[in-house]
Amino acid sequence: MSTATEQPTYNYKVVRQFAIMTVVWGIVGMTVGVLIAAQLVWPALNFDTAWSSFGRLRPLHTNAVIFAFGGSALFATSYYVVQRTCQVRLFSDALASFTFWGWQLVIVLAAITLPLGLTSSKEYAELEWPIDILIAVVWVAYAINFLATVKIRKTSHIYVANWFYAAFIITVAILHIVNSAALPVSFTKSYSAYSGAIDAMAQWWYGHNAVGFFLTAGFLGMMYYFVPKQAERPVYSYRLSIVHFWALICTYMWAGPHHLHYTALPDWTQSLGMVLSLILLAPSWGGMINGMMTLSGAWHKLRNDPILRFLVVSLSFYGMSTFEGPMMAIKTVNALSHYTDWTIGHVHAGALGWVAMISIGAIYHLIPRLFDKEQMHSVNLINVHFWLATIGTVLYIASMWVNGILQGLMWRAVNADGTLTYSFVEALEASHPGFLVRWIGGVFWVTGMLIMAYNVWMTVRNTEAKPVAQTA
Amino acid sequence: MDINDLRGISTILVMVGFIGLTIWAYSKRQKGSFEQAANLPFADEDSHNSGKSKLENKDHD
Repeated sequence: MSTATEQPTYNYKVVRQFAIMTVVWGIVGMTVGVLIAAQLVWPALNFDTAWSSFGRLRPLHTNAVIFAFGGSALFATSYYVVQRTCQVRLFSDALASFTFWGWQLVIVLAAITLPLGLTSSKEYAELEWPIDILIAVVWVAYAINFLATVKIRKTSHIYVANWFYAAFIITVAILHIVNSAALPVSFTKSYSAYSGAIDAMAQWWYGHNAVGFFLTAGFLGMMYYFVPKQAERPVYSYRLSIVHFWALICTYMWAGPHHLHYTALPDWTQSLGMVLSLILLAPSWGGMINGMMTLSGAWHKLRNDPILRFLVVSLSFYGMSTFEGPMMAIKTVNALSHYTDWTIGHVHAGALGWVAMISIGAIYHLIPRLFDKEQMHSVNLINVHFWLATIGTVLYIASMWVNGILQGLMWRAVNADGTLTYSFVEALEASHPGFLVRWIGGVFWVTGMLIMAYNVWMTVRNTEAKPVAQTA
Repeated sequence: MDINDLRGISTILVMVGFIGLTIWAYSKRQKGSFEQAANLPFADEDSHNSGKSKLENKDHD
């Protein structure tokens, strides 16, 4: 490591932009989520128009929370972490600015086209081909900017967080480009380049690796910087972090077939996907333990630091959902759980408990530093947000466990003569209370995000610079 | 030799590579350099006595 004699001037502008948009898109995406949760409880809320129906708003919700909220959080933190751990300014301010405005344009185009019903119908890859091309261009610009910044670093080591961010950026580029290959028949309509079971496998190779690299590797990069930083001690084991990295990268690629159990996919492929999903537990928990143990000897900090609480509880939810995932990938368990609300609950244990909570913790850590303030406007409000988010997540996943097992059991129940015991509508009716509890959990979440927006607004608006800054 | 032999060999190579990496990561020789790497999140503040405020003030671009 070189001792940088002169301070590099970092590009915080792009980090600020993405950090603020993380909060904005979080509120938008989660509000749409609460609306579609309400539609399942009170179907009248579909308003009998196609563009406000559940089927069109659901992809809008998933795209908004994953790519707009999660994506902005990843851009913000990766640009921040790479500069600070490489002790060098971003390779190109122009490319940084291009990725910000390009990404916002993608999000706006998604928000227009999805309610209009323009979709390629691939889950988490619904956007039509002109937007797919824009995404690819923005993403390549991001990759160049990030990797070139690592290349011109002033330190000898590439900090482990940057390894995870780089893996996330490179893999997402490959996944997106391969899975989006399509034949356009008009400006707004295209057909997949793959067909049949191969199309399904390409889609879930993409889909599961979107989970593994977009929603896991990227956020692990976040974890490896912000958990040590907030706890004020280096990561528990750096050697474990290296083994964790390579084990995770090598295993995730193969887990996709568990989305296609008991389908036309060859049986051996399903079994392979199941076995590698089970193996995935090891690297997942290796990472979780590494993050958790960073706090050993500093557990008392959890008592009065709600930001650290966000980060550590996110790791507990990560550990929980990465145990649940391999379990659900077992074919016999999957026979019960697949196509039920259990899957939705599992996804949200990861998306709310892990992805959103670690992002929120990181953003609360970042905002005062980016806007040159001592700390957030109100630490108490961070604490309120923490409890709203935790209770909201627990309500959400508990109601979906109950619903999922109930649906799975009702759907498979047969009478002595082989006919189905319950009609689909009977299972749907039985799910109604769970839908209501899930909606309440979502309301908790959006309330927490609105409190966060207020807290961020008050912090940014506050004209008092922090006292230390004036003496420096 | 057909494509399946290549697939089998590549699996073995990845396994050998992974075991090698693990041995490398846990060897005593890496200890010092890993310690340095692990402290990178704090390095751009601690190398200056003025503390963290100095760097963060330079962000107005």
